[in-house]
Amino acid sequence: MKQSNDLILRTTTQIIAFMLLGFSVYLFFAGHNAPGGGFIGGLMTSAAIILMYMTYGFEKIEKIIPINFRTLTVTGLLIAVLAGMGSMLFGASFLSHADGYYHLPLIGEKHLATALIFDLGVYLVVVGITLTIILSIATDSEDESNQNVGV
Amino acid sequence: MEYIHMVYAVFAPLIFAIIIPFLSRIKHKVHTGWLILPVPLLIFIYFLQFVGSDFETARQTIDWIPSLNIALDFYLDGLSLLFALLISGIGTLVVLYSIYYLNKEEQLGHFYTYLYIFMSSMLGVVLSDNVFVLYTFWEFTSLSSFLLIGYWHYREKSRYGALKSMLITVLGGFSLLGGVILLTIETGTTSIRGMIEQADLIVNSDYFLFILIFLLLGAFTKSAQFPFHIWLPDAMEAPTPVSAYLHSATMVKAGIYLMARFSPIFSEVPLFFIILSIFGLVTLAWASYMAVRQTDLKGILAFSTISQLGMIMAMLGFGTSYAVFAAVFHILNHATFKGSLFMVAGIVDHETGSRDIRKLGGLMTFMPISATLAIFGTFSMAGVPLPFLNGFYSKEMFFESALDLGGYSGSFIESLITVIPIIAVVGSIFTFVYSMYLFFGTFRGEYKESELPKKPHEAPFMMLVPPMLLVIGVMVIGLFPNMFNQALITHSADAVYGDEVAKDIKFWHGWDSPAFQMSLIVVAAGILLYLTKNKWHHIYRVIPGRFNFNRVYDWMVEKIESVSNRITTAYMTGSLRLYMILILTAIITITAGAILISDGFNFEVQDLAPITAPEVIVASIMAIAAIGTTVARNRIAAILILGVVGYGLAILFVMYSAPDLALTQLIIETVTVVLFLLCFYHLPNLTTNNNSIVHKGTNVLVSIGYGVLMLVIGVTAYNSRFADTISNFFMENTYELGGGHNAVNVILVDFRGIDTLFEVAVLFGAALGIFAMIKLRQDKGAK
Repeated sequence: MKQSNDLILRTTTQIIAFMLLGFSVYLFFAGHNAPGGGFIGGLMTSAAIILMYMTYGFEKIEKIIPINFRTLTVTGLLIAVLAGMGSMLFGASFLSHADGYYHLPLIGEKHLATALIFDLGVYLVVVGITLTIILSIATDSEDESNQNVGV
Repeated sequence: MEYIHMVYAVFAPLIFAIIIPFLSRIKHKVHTGWLILPVPLLIFIYFLQFVGSDFETARQTIDWIPSLNIALDFYLDGLSLLFALLISGIGTLVVLYSIYYLNKEEQLGHFYTYLYIFMSSMLGVVLSDNVFVLYTFWEFTSLSSFLLIGYWHYREKSRYGALKSMLITVLGGFSLLGGVILLTIETGTTSIRGMIEQADLIVNSDYFLFILIFLLLGAFTKSAQFPFHIWLPDAMEAPTPVSAYLHSATMVKAGIYLMARFSPIFSEVPLFFIILSIFGLVTLAWASYMAVRQTDLKGILAFSTISQLGMIMAMLGFGTSYAVFAAVFHILNHATFKGSLFMVAGIVDHETGSRDIRKLGGLMTFMPISATLAIFGTFSMAGVPLPFLNGFYSKEMFFESALDLGGYSGSFIESLITVIPIIAVVGSIFTFVYSMYLFFGTFRGEYKESELPKKPHEAPFMMLVPPMLLVIGVMVIGLFPNMFNQALITHSADAVYGDEVAKDIKFWHGWDSPAFQMSLIVVAAGILLYLTKNKWHHIYRVIPGRFNFNRVYDWMVEKIESVSNRITTAYMTGSLRLYMILILTAIITITAGAILISDGFNFEVQDLAPITAPEVIVASIMAIAAIGTTVARNRIAAILILGVVGYGLAILFVMYSAPDLALTQLIIETVTVVLFLLCFYHLPNLTTNNNSIVHKGTNVLVSIGYGVLMLVIGVTAYNSRFADTISNFFMENTYELGGGHNAVNVILVDFRGIDTLFEVAVLFGAALGIFAMIKLRQDKGAK
């Protein structure tokens, strides 16, 4: 992915990427009570990151977001499995969830559920795999075109 | 009586087979055969103790598979005893003979291992009372026979013969299995004696014809009856001790044993009489006719064996008490003289280097002892009326039983009964001719020195001992037939006939006895035919001429291979399109057929929701886009139009209030379109060259058929609800149990979280796969 020289794109991306990221976080947290959830949230986050890649090029974004997305996928899978196994510590069956109201500092009384941890795992996996797939394909074709140029 | 030793007798050779490979390591010091010779000898002595006029049946049972009623149930009656004595007795002689026949450079470990496996399994066949145990041992005899025929596996003819015998005997083995399964189902027992007790039930059962045919097939293939006899001449590629043991004395009599064992069940059935007599006599006549044609010593003996087996089979078919007695007697006689003849043929081969009777001749002066042994064997086989030849007695009894048939009615059977003695005499005449040819062709006539690779000389004395003992057997039975009668033969015949059989074996029946006159006709015509043999020998160019069962066999084997090859190449073309069409057509025909047969189509309208205008519009756009995809010329255009369908679906999700689905569908559709574009951008511009009408026509037909089928299934499924949906439970309990208001998400992460977990794992696997395919290519340049 080569860096785009489109000034308008680069300017709008600066705003839109953050809006997308913010929206994806909203979707992720809203999931339990409103449309959204880990899957859509993850896809939205990936969309934002891909947009940044398209605008600013591969090397730059890799520096800004120094994450290996394959590791992210494994981490997400691990969180999802551990969230499922956590319930077994309390004698419940695999993937049982609990929820309750807690008073948190700064944001006050909130409804928290262990399902959120599972959803976080899903979220990370989705972000990881989407970016792994797209970046693999994109960088691969870049290699080839470079080779062709070299020849 | 409970004897606990029988199981040792059966399994002793098998147990020794395990240690034979270790013994054969010292074969350069001691020939392996000497080390294991005591095994069959001891078994023979063990079984010898049962012989006597006060014989009692013995049995021994050891549990094997109790839940299936299968036990190692060894049962010793007269018939089993006769066979056990033959197997162990001739087995001893064959092992002794093979010590001199096979030199130490051969793979002796293999030979004796196969031979002892065979010995065990043959003893198992004749001693088992349980049909499944019998079948198991039966297949073991086929297997070990296969290994022994292919012993010189570097010869192509050995491999051909081994494969042929394997295919034919295993065909029979499987049908025997079918037969015993049907018998077990019908009678509810796995014991042969239990089945014999319920003979009426079997004879009157619906499956009787199948049972009979299956068992006959098993017996006919194993005992080389017409037209399954073709494997036996090719099995002569085996070492001669094997031919002497398996293919004359023991294994080929397994089919005879089977028929004898089950004949108490079938003996009252006219069909059994008809089939067994006809096939037995045809085998007798055809094989003795063919034997005259052979030039190979072992070839003559092979056809002779087939013919003698046909004779025994026919006598079993006659089913009269006299015929059964004669059959059992001939089993013993044939084993003695045929075993000795094979051994003599092996000696001739061994000492002259040739088995071709055209090259042999005048060997009497070089090999006087072998010639003397051969004269007894051949004359006994021919049935020459001399008092010290046992073959004559059984031949005479065969004629007598052929003349004295009755007990059945019907015009076909009556005409058959009149024909039987004639075929018997004709077959016996040819038997006489080839017996004379075998002896005089080999040992008399002029000595052709230039033809033989070796200077002939007499065999070592110990090699002559086994055939000598057999010939002594021939003479002892010939001179004192009644000594064996009370002690052994009568018990066997009783077991076969199922009733008391007491017969005296008489040499002299008087001049006016028709059987004796038939014997005289055989001898006279035989001498005449033998002396004029060169004049009529060209008749073989007419019959069988080109007509040959080997050709039928070869043709069948070749056809099975080529036809199955053609079938496989016809549908395994490697074309994925064809496989797809086959799969879809199979789904369409099977599912549509099931719906049609069960009258399953269900169409009702009262339960449907009203159709609104926006739905119609979105659906029409989707339909148009879908059709557009199929007709689009440009690949990129097709992908983009396909995207319209995806977005249309997302709008439909919105209309049916599924916001989560709609969101996901929108994003996923975008991602897939982007990925498609990425991939297809790099693909080479393939041109589809299958634009013929037929190709397009089948594609259209199959896809329309599949679409209609899915429509039918969808409509039917909607209208055939048998229970309420469980969505009500989710709607009511989402908040109480899941702690959320978004029912979809609560189902995904809570109620059915495990689905989500594994779907995520699937995605992970897909990502890894794509990453691996792209990054880890061995050949980066490959596309």
